[in-house]
Amino acid sequence: MSVTPASAQSDPMQPPEAAPADAGSVVAFRNVSIAFDGPPVLQDVSFSLAPGETRILLGPAGVGKSVLLKLTNGLLRPDRGSILLFAEEISRMPEVDLFPLRTRTGMVFQEGALFDSLTVRDNVAYQLIQERVPDDQIDSRVREALRFVELESTFSFYPASLSGGMKRRVAIARALIRRPDLLLYDSPTGGLDPVTSTTIIELVVKQRDVYRTPSLLVTHRLQDAFTMCTHRFDADLNRMVPLPQGQTDSNTTFLMLEEGRLIFDGSLRQLLHSENEFVREFLK
Amino acid sequence: MATNTIDRTAKEIVLTVQDYSLFAWRAFLNLFTPPRYWPDYLIQSDIVGVGSASIVLLSGFFTGGVLALQSAATLAQFGAAAVTGRFVGITMIRELGPVLTGIMVAGRNASSMASELGSMVVTEQIDAMRALGVDPMRKLVTPRIFATISMLFFLTIVADAFGILGGAFVTIFMNRQDGTQYFSMAWEYLRYPDIVQGLVKPLFSGYIIASIGCFYGMRTTGGTEGVGRATIQAVVYASVLIIVADFLLTQVLLTLFPPL
Repeated sequence: MSVTPASAQSDPMQPPEAAPADAGSVVAFRNVSIAFDGPPVLQDVSFSLAPGETRILLGPAGVGKSVLLKLTNGLLRPDRGSILLFAEEISRMPEVDLFPLRTRTGMVFQEGALFDSLTVRDNVAYQLIQERVPDDQIDSRVREALRFVELESTFSFYPASLSGGMKRRVAIARALIRRPDLLLYDSPTGGLDPVTSTTIIELVVKQRDVYRTPSLLVTHRLQDAFTMCTHRFDADLNRMVPLPQGQTDSNTTFLMLEEGRLIFDGSLRQLLHSENEFVREFLK
Repeated sequence: MATNTIDRTAKEIVLTVQDYSLFAWRAFLNLFTPPRYWPDYLIQSDIVGVGSASIVLLSGFFTGGVLALQSAATLAQFGAAAVTGRFVGITMIRELGPVLTGIMVAGRNASSMASELGSMVVTEQIDAMRALGVDPMRKLVTPRIFATISMLFFLTIVADAFGILGGAFVTIFMNRQDGTQYFSMAWEYLRYPDIVQGLVKPLFSGYIIASIGCFYGMRTTGGTEGVGRATIQAVVYASVLIIVADFLLTQVLLTLFPPL
């Protein structure tokens, strides 16, 4: 894990219009706009996600955070602009060509979106079952994924018998089982109590520091975002521990949306020292 | 103002018909290209076929019985009570068997398809399926359409058979007529075009039931209330379309196979 002293982060904040080059990016948005029968939900959004990077998308409810995430793997199509996923332009790509790309991404939905007619085992193994992987291999890989989220005992349960937090953890296991090249988290702690939220964030940090998969995480909870920046996963202790005072995870950076526009793109330090009135109000 | 409303409604209707046509066509074409989900086809065949057998059997039996009750009284006035078997057999096989079975299955399965898929849409399970690299059209819609078409074909045969049996029950035990005469009249006047006419209709009805049920389910919006609305729309439109399609098909089939 790469850790940078907060005082050493002195890169000038790039305005969204002058986003860095797309070369080598896992995801790149260029002037993306989308509307649904009304005012635009996203307007001229540009940013990129580099390999190994975790970007936290902040903003109040209803500013288009989930829409942005769904645009990232082609679940929605933009009205304007271009989106590169694994260096392939997907904004006009036919649905049939998107399926192979989507198998390289893992997505955790807001409420988990588990298939309620399937057991936890079949939910986590959904992609493997479609690929006709032998049953014994499926079982061992599902157990491994459930062990990662510390829910191995729920192997044969149905989603209806799980709590909200357990459903999110199963959803994380489902997203991780094929070791994706990109992870998308849509408000993974939304609606959960503080203790369960911390458990979920610990899993996200564990994934970040163990597998180093590039991730895009949507949240409106500042405490989750700050926890991710100021903590690391200690494999020996098998838990999340705080970074030394004044240090933050340099691969975890922030984006912020206001009324569909990207108004911030930078590090934690830059976020905390932003002059933007909306950012300052949001941080309060 | 009224012109605007008419204009908007007309556009919505045209747009819905266009969306439905594209949806139904895509679901149909999916059968001819991989991946195909045969286990899902078998599960849906069980749900639609075995699950609907009891209601189809009962409705067929009592419809045949009612036909025999109603027709025997009228036919007796002309001294033709003996042709009750012919009347019941032809009516069940050509018309009532296919249409009643279609409407019964629409009530049971178009609603369940719309509510099941609608619930999956509002809980983001459809999006999750797409995010996992699986095409919901292939996985959920195409197996339902082909299961319904194939099962409705056999369910119609069951309804026809039990309708004729229901007519026989009334004829023998209530009207006190000869059972052998009833069955021989039903058999003797039955022609192959009658059977063709009766068994072509469920192929179209099955397609209508499943495609309408899935279409309204997959375009559900507005949470649980939207699921309820999608379910109602699916049953209403599927039932009406079955009757409209029956009328059109009867015209075509009577042209192809004119009555003697």
